[in-house]
Amino acid sequence: MTASDYEPVIGLETHCQLATESKMFSACPVGLLAPPNTLVDAYTLGLPGTLPVPNARAVRFGIALALACGSTLHEHSRFARKHYFYPDLPKGYQITQSDEPFATGGGLVVPGFQGAAGEPKRVPLVRIHLEEDAGKNTHVPGAAHSLVDYDRAGAPLLEIVSEPAIGSAEEAAAYMRELRTLVRTLGLSSANMEEGTLRCDANVSVRPRGSAMLGVRCEIKNLNSFRFLALAIAAEIRRQVDLLTRGEPIVSATLSYDPERDRTRVMRTKEATADYRYMPEPDLPPLRIEPAWIEEIRAAMPPLPAARRAAWVAQGIAEDDAVLLAGEPALGGYLDRMLAAGAPARRASNWLTVELLGKLNADGRGIEQSPVEPEALAELVVMLESSEVSGPSAKQIFGVLYGRVSEEPVLGPRTIAERDGHRQVSDVAAIEAAVREVLAANPEQVASFRAGKTKLRGFLVGQVMKATRGRANPQLVGEVLDRLLAEG
Amino acid sequence: MTPAEIAALPARTLASLVRDGSLRAIEVLAAFEAQADATEPFVHAYLLRARDSAAAAAEAVDAARAAGRPLGLLAGVPVGLKDLFVTEGIETRAGSKILEGWIPPYEGTHAARLRAAGAVITGKLAMDEFAMGSSSESTPYVAPRNPWHPDYVPGGSSGGSAAAVAAGSVAAALGSDTGGSVRQPASFCGVVGLKPSYGRVSRHGMIAFASSLDQAGPITRDVRDAALLLQVLAGADPLDSTCVDAPVPDYLAACERGAAGLRVGVHRAALEHDGLDPEVAVAFERALAVLKDAGAALVDVDLPHARHAVAAYYVLCAAEAASNLARYDGIRYGARVDRPTLRETYEATREAGFSAEVKRRILLGTFVLRKDSYALYYGQAQKVRRLIADDYARAFERCELVACPTSPMPGFRAGEKLHDPLAMYLADVFTIGANLAGLAAISVPAGLSAAGIERPALPIGVQLFAPALHEPTLLAAAAAHEDVTTHHRLRPPMTAVATGGHPA
Repeated sequence: MTASDYEPVIGLETHCQLATESKMFSACPVGLLAPPNTLVDAYTLGLPGTLPVPNARAVRFGIALALACGSTLHEHSRFARKHYFYPDLPKGYQITQSDEPFATGGGLVVPGFQGAAGEPKRVPLVRIHLEEDAGKNTHVPGAAHSLVDYDRAGAPLLEIVSEPAIGSAEEAAAYMRELRTLVRTLGLSSANMEEGTLRCDANVSVRPRGSAMLGVRCEIKNLNSFRFLALAIAAEIRRQVDLLTRGEPIVSATLSYDPERDRTRVMRTKEATADYRYMPEPDLPPLRIEPAWIEEIRAAMPPLPAARRAAWVAQGIAEDDAVLLAGEPALGGYLDRMLAAGAPARRASNWLTVELLGKLNADGRGIEQSPVEPEALAELVVMLESSEVSGPSAKQIFGVLYGRVSEEPVLGPRTIAERDGHRQVSDVAAIEAAVREVLAANPEQVASFRAGKTKLRGFLVGQVMKATRGRANPQLVGEVLDRLLAEG
Repeated sequence: MTPAEIAALPARTLASLVRDGSLRAIEVLAAFEAQADATEPFVHAYLLRARDSAAAAAEAVDAARAAGRPLGLLAGVPVGLKDLFVTEGIETRAGSKILEGWIPPYEGTHAARLRAAGAVITGKLAMDEFAMGSSSESTPYVAPRNPWHPDYVPGGSSGGSAAAVAAGSVAAALGSDTGGSVRQPASFCGVVGLKPSYGRVSRHGMIAFASSLDQAGPITRDVRDAALLLQVLAGADPLDSTCVDAPVPDYLAACERGAAGLRVGVHRAALEHDGLDPEVAVAFERALAVLKDAGAALVDVDLPHARHAVAAYYVLCAAEAASNLARYDGIRYGARVDRPTLRETYEATREAGFSAEVKRRILLGTFVLRKDSYALYYGQAQKVRRLIADDYARAFERCELVACPTSPMPGFRAGEKLHDPLAMYLADVFTIGANLAGLAAISVPAGLSAAGIERPALPIGVQLFAPALHEPTLLAAAAAHEDVTTHHRLRPPMTAVATGGHPA
């Protein structure tokens, strides 16, 4: 068989750090950029005699995600201990959920991908469960010791395990993006791969195209960006297909991705993996999720990304823009405020994604730091739509809005247009006068136009616009010009 | 009052005399310290005497009284804690080398509640390392001895706590009971040991041995003092999710209810136990007769799975212990033996830090939790545990309490079972059912064995079990038994020499 006779099967295990104030099992604060070992308490350090107390907010977040994924929520679930010795694991075990997770099943529809029958691609989930994070070991090069930072130890995590049902590296990345969009929309995590609040391990296998059997799978660990996620999976698919086409067996293994050489590398084979000696966590009673609690959370859920995207697309927004806007809840919120202020959807999303985001990105700012309020941008878009201002004027007004120094008074686009003389001239008599002047001043061009050099129309429009300092309504200018030229 | 007279008073009397100003807390402390000074050379109940902080605590109680502030239920009462209770600022090592030098930066719930009630914590009491043992001899330190005879063990694992109470060097002590570790030493030392129902008292700040079985409990001279300590310790704790959020009844009042009308169940088949000492059997029947005289009815109950309890217990407690003790790796606190690699450091630290019995249970627990043995051992033991709990639930449909001996034998000679772990494990046969089923249980003095050539006069205890949260019923029957007996007033002769005699 050749490479094209194989198809990959990918399953993802995603860890999402929850945006709670405190850790999964203690009141210790959680943070990302604190100095080492400052976000610790007796429980976090695994001091003798300390006990875990579940974080209700983390459970709440878990329930919200399970609802959003259509998973089955279990009224009774259980925490378990997973044992291994490592300095970053303060108790010698991690509290997680093993055979009784709080949510099973459900799925995630991946935008832009289709299933076998052309239907929207839905990746089914195996389970979602809660657990606590480990700390972080740092190996000091050349030193005889390592450093351990327990700030992250005990941070609340949701683990989301997909079925092996993802068909390509790109689809895997899209699945992760959709998951990120979802958790951000639900407000339960910053879900940033670079900062480690969203992490992913990928299980990859390949099989003869069309086969129902699964091949031997290998697990790629610690994929910490969307780019590397896709590259690593693609590299692993290549490696496996390569082995199979050469007639060599695939050995189940844990791998890491080497971006320098764009290759996956075996860290250890699975035969050598530890037995985690799972046992039920005796320090915690079974986790009880009352139906009333579920209903309360369901009632408070924001509109989900798929629904938001569909609503935007129905209003004329491009599919790609809708995906981008939903991906960043603050962006989507900005758009919704523009729409509420009466801005036409397509133009609103264009101005938001091209003009405003362009500027913000160039300045390294987020939408939250935008100097332009959505209502102001909406007003500008409305003015443009109704030809109150021209495109170039709108850009200038936007420049003023964006460049406002914080001490200056807030001026609306309309006030700026008035002040700076951007109000478009739509008075037909005034435009006709200007057109006549231009025709009179350019007799040669007019003659050439009438002789068939119709390209010169643009030149003439330009002259009129120049004469009116860009304020004339270009559409009207065109109409008047065509009429006068036709009159001869 | 002479110091000896003071040291002979019950805890509740001491507290009330301190509250009304008849005694100063500092005088009370001095009386018990004198008793400890006299008995420690042969009892070795203490791992650590916290003299300075005890004096400061007693002075604080006296100052509070002088300032007119209200005093708590245990005002000025000297209390010793088993070494596995976390005490902020006082070394806590669960009797293990691996925690040597660890000064906790936080206060456990037990120490906090005792101190808030005005108790004066006198120090940390000896125990089997990590509470694993039934004789207090599994220790890298000097093993405590039975105040009734220094050649005999005080029982375990809360041996130091029971010995200190029996020796009169504390007014009360706190122990922990995972499979009988409060009740068995209490019976060996002739004092009262109460194991509250699982979840009645917080486990926050009690160094874990087997989390699903561990429960803190008081060891006292009489039943009412046990009720008093439970009053202070019981109740929900936001730092322990397994702690029960149920109202805390008036336990002292419950002691006055009497035993009339109570049905006491007896599992006769259990008394056919091979190793049951005839003198224990006699003492047990005598205690039943006392309860009957007090108006209780005796009924037969059947606990068909009781004979599997020891096997199930040792699987479960070993598994939980192996897990709970994984944190002692020398990385963050306690002793560390440095070696070139991480793995060697772990191995050397744990090799040097744990003694034989602890290692045995870690190995056993690690084995039973292996993926390929889990169902066969841990899973099976959990099933047995459920069956035993069901047995008790059925038994309690026919009676309010179940009675049985505390230990098959009175205290044994030091070293006698030290190298026979199975014989040691079987000493727990009567106590572990209460832990497996989460019940409330109490051991009360039931007399002494006859002094002879074979052995000296040694205390014998009997136990009562009640359903979870039925401590009031338990205390009512135990107090009724105590009210018409004098066993609890007997004091070890050697300690009496130390104090120059005592009333009673």
